[in-house]
Amino acid sequence: MPNLITLIPFQGTKEQEDRLREAIERHKGEPGATMPVMQEAQEIYGYLPEEVQVIIAEELGVPLTEIYGISSFYAQFTHNPKGKHKINVCLGTACYVKGAGNVLDKICEVVGCEPGGITEDGLFSVDATRCIGACGLAPVMMIDEDVYGRLTLDKIQGIIDKYR
Amino acid sequence: MNFVRSHVLVCGGTGCTASKSPEIIETFHSELKSHGLDKEVSVVQTGCFGLCALGPIVVVYPEGSYYTQVKVEDVNTIVEEHLLKGRIVDKLLYKETDDKGVERSLNNTEFYLRQHRIALRNCGVINPEMIDEAIAFDAYQALGVCLTEKTPEEVIEIISASGLRGRGGAGFPTGMKWKFAAASPGPVKYVCCNADEGDPGAFMDRSVLEGDPHAVLEAMAIAGYCIGANQGYIYIRAEYPLAVRRLRIAIEQAKEYGLLGKNIMGSGFDFDLEIRLGAGAFVCGEETALLTSLEGHRGEPRPRPPFPAVKGLFGKPTVLNNVETFANIPWIINHGADAFSCMGTEKSKGTKVFALGGKIKNTGLVEIPMGTTLREVVEEIGGGCPNGKKFKAAQTGGPSGGCIPASLIDTPLDYESMAAIGSIVGSGGLIIMDEDNCIVDIAKFFLEFTMDESCGKCSPCRIGTKRMYEILEKITQGRATLEDLDTLEELGNHIKENSLCALGQTAPNPVLSTLRYFRDEYEAHVVDKKCPAGVCKDLVEYKIITDKCTGCTACARICPVDAISGKVREPHVIDPSVCIKCGSCLAACKFGAIIVE
Repeated sequence: MPNLITLIPFQGTKEQEDRLREAIERHKGEPGATMPVMQEAQEIYGYLPEEVQVIIAEELGVPLTEIYGISSFYAQFTHNPKGKHKINVCLGTACYVKGAGNVLDKICEVVGCEPGGITEDGLFSVDATRCIGACGLAPVMMIDEDVYGRLTLDKIQGIIDKYR
Repeated sequence: MNFVRSHVLVCGGTGCTASKSPEIIETFHSELKSHGLDKEVSVVQTGCFGLCALGPIVVVYPEGSYYTQVKVEDVNTIVEEHLLKGRIVDKLLYKETDDKGVERSLNNTEFYLRQHRIALRNCGVINPEMIDEAIAFDAYQALGVCLTEKTPEEVIEIISASGLRGRGGAGFPTGMKWKFAAASPGPVKYVCCNADEGDPGAFMDRSVLEGDPHAVLEAMAIAGYCIGANQGYIYIRAEYPLAVRRLRIAIEQAKEYGLLGKNIMGSGFDFDLEIRLGAGAFVCGEETALLTSLEGHRGEPRPRPPFPAVKGLFGKPTVLNNVETFANIPWIINHGADAFSCMGTEKSKGTKVFALGGKIKNTGLVEIPMGTTLREVVEEIGGGCPNGKKFKAAQTGGPSGGCIPASLIDTPLDYESMAAIGSIVGSGGLIIMDEDNCIVDIAKFFLEFTMDESCGKCSPCRIGTKRMYEILEKITQGRATLEDLDTLEELGNHIKENSLCALGQTAPNPVLSTLRYFRDEYEAHVVDKKCPAGVCKDLVEYKIITDKCTGCTACARICPVDAISGKVREPHVIDPSVCIKCGSCLAACKFGAIIVE
C-alpha cells in the first residue's frame, strides 16, 4: 500500500496539541525518544499528518526528513486518517468480475471521497482490499466488522445511510 | 491466610482470552460466591498451557482434572458437580486424560509426557500478575544467589558450562556473548531483550511474557550484574498488548519489592528496566536493526563487526538476548549447569520451545529436549495430521528457515542436524504440511513476506527477493521454463552470500530447501503445467463428474461468474474459459460431484 500524504485538511484541536506537547515534554532528553513520541502522537490524532510531524521535529530538534523517514518505514504509522467507519471493498477476482470496481466507484460517489481516502467529515474512509474469502457472496464489502454481500449498485445508498 | 481446598486454573493466554476465558473467570467468581465456596476455592488466571488447539483450558487441582474447550455455560456444571459434590465432569475432560475410565493426570498425556518445561516452567502454573506466586515458585532466588554469593565471572562460567545457546535463531553461545560484553570497557552498558517475535507462526516469546514475565526480568538483572550494566530495555511488539500489560505490572511489582531499581536486595547493585514498543517491522528482529530502532531511527541493520557486545545500543557495549534464552537463565542458576547440559545433544544443550502449527492435531507450544526427532513431535506429541492425511513436510524457522521432507522425519531437532539438511531451528516455528499443501505455493508465501519486509538498505535483498518472487509467480502460473529453476537457485545463493543482515541471508532458504527436496514438484508446475496438490489456481481445473451430478443447480446458482450451465436434474458443465476457480461450487455441491484437477 502506498503511504500517501493525505490531502484532507488537518483538523487537530488545541486540546490534542496540548496533549502532544505534554508527551514530548515527558520524553524529551530520553535517549531514543522519537519512536515513543510518535507512537503517542498517533494515539492522540489517529494518524501522523505533516503538521504533527513538524511539531515533533521542532520540539525534539530532529530534522523533519528523519521523522518522515521513520513514519514511512514502520507499518504501524500511517499518514492517512481513517474514518469513524472503515469501508473495505473486496477487489478479489470473484468480486471484480461481478462488478466490484463499479461498486467501489459508487461507494466513493455516495460518501464523497477517493479510494484510499477519507470523507471531509471524517465519518468514512474507503479502501480496496484483497480477497476476503466470501466469493460466493460476490461482490462483497465490509463496513467495520459487518460483511455485506451480493451487492448491487442500488443497494449501496441504503447501506451507507445506516451508518450516518 | 485462608485455607483453600481447591484451585481452579484458567488459561489467560492470548488464544484462550480470545475464546472468552476472562468471562469464564468472572463466571467462576460469581458461581462460587453464590454457592458459598468463594473462601475455599481459589480461581487463578494463568499463562498459556500450550495446548492452544483445545482452549479455553481450565485445570482443577488437587485432582489435576484437565478440562478443555470450556464454555461459559459449563462453569455452573463444574462448580456444582466437581467443586460442590466432588464428581469430576467427564464430558469436559481432555479425552487423553480419561483412559478407559481411569483418569490420568495432565503430565501423563502424550502431549505433555515428552516435554520438559524449563522456559515454560511457570506458564499455566502461576498467576503472572501476582509477584508473590512467582516468588513462591523460586522467582528472584537466582538473582539473590548471584548478587550475594557469586562474582560476575562465576555466574558467566555457569552459563557457559550449561551450553545455553541463543534461542532467537542464530544459536550463539550465551555465556560467550556475556563474556565479550563484560570484557568491553566502559562505565555505561546495556542489557536488551528481543521480544520482537516476528516469525508468523511462532508465539513462544509471547507466551513466556504472558505467563511468567518475572523470569525474564530476573534474568535481565542477572545479565546486568554480569556485564556491569544498570539499565535494560525490553523491545516488544506493539501487537502483543496482553504481554505488554503483564510486563508493566511485573516491573512495577518488582520495583515495589526492591527486586529491581536501586540497591537490589541491599547489595548495592542498581538495575532499572524500560519497555519500548516496536512499530511493525520484521527486520527489527535482527539485532543491529533492533538496536537502531531502539535508538529511535528507521530499523535498518548495520554491518558487524563491531558486534553489539563491543559497540551496541547508543554506541555502548550491549548484551541482546531473546526472551526464551533469558527465561532459561534463572533455572540454570538454581539447578546448576549440569542439570541443563545433561539434556540435549553434544552441541545443542537443554530444551527448545517449538510452536507447532499447520496440519497437525495438537497445535500449540511444546518444549522438548534438543535432539528429539521430528517424528516424535509430529506423531506422538502432535498426534499426527488431522483427517488421516499423509505428512508431507515440516517448515521450520518461518520465513528464514527451510523444510524437512517426510523422508527425513527422523532428523533430530537440534542446531547441527537441522543445519546439515539445509534447515534451521530458528525461532522455533514448526509448521506441519500434509499432502494437500503445495510446496511451491508455501515457498512463494514466505518470499512474498520477506520481500515486503526487506528494509531496502542493501540491494541483494531489496531487488533479489523481488526477482525471486517474480520467478515463483511465473512457476505457479505455468509460465516458467526449466531454466528459471536454475536461475532461481543461482539467485538464491547470491542473495544468501551478499546480503547485509540475517533477513536477506536467510530469505532464500524456503525456496532453496524446497528446490532441494521437492524439485519434482517444481518441475510438475513447469513441465506438465500441473499443481500436484491442486492449490495453484492457474494450474487447476474444476470439473463436474457427470455420474455424480444430480442436476440440483446449487453450483450454477452460487457461481459468481455464471460459468456453470445445465438443465435441472441433468448433469451440469463448467466452462473452463469463464471459471475463476473461486471454489464456491465445490463448497456448494452436496454430492461430491465437483473435483479439482
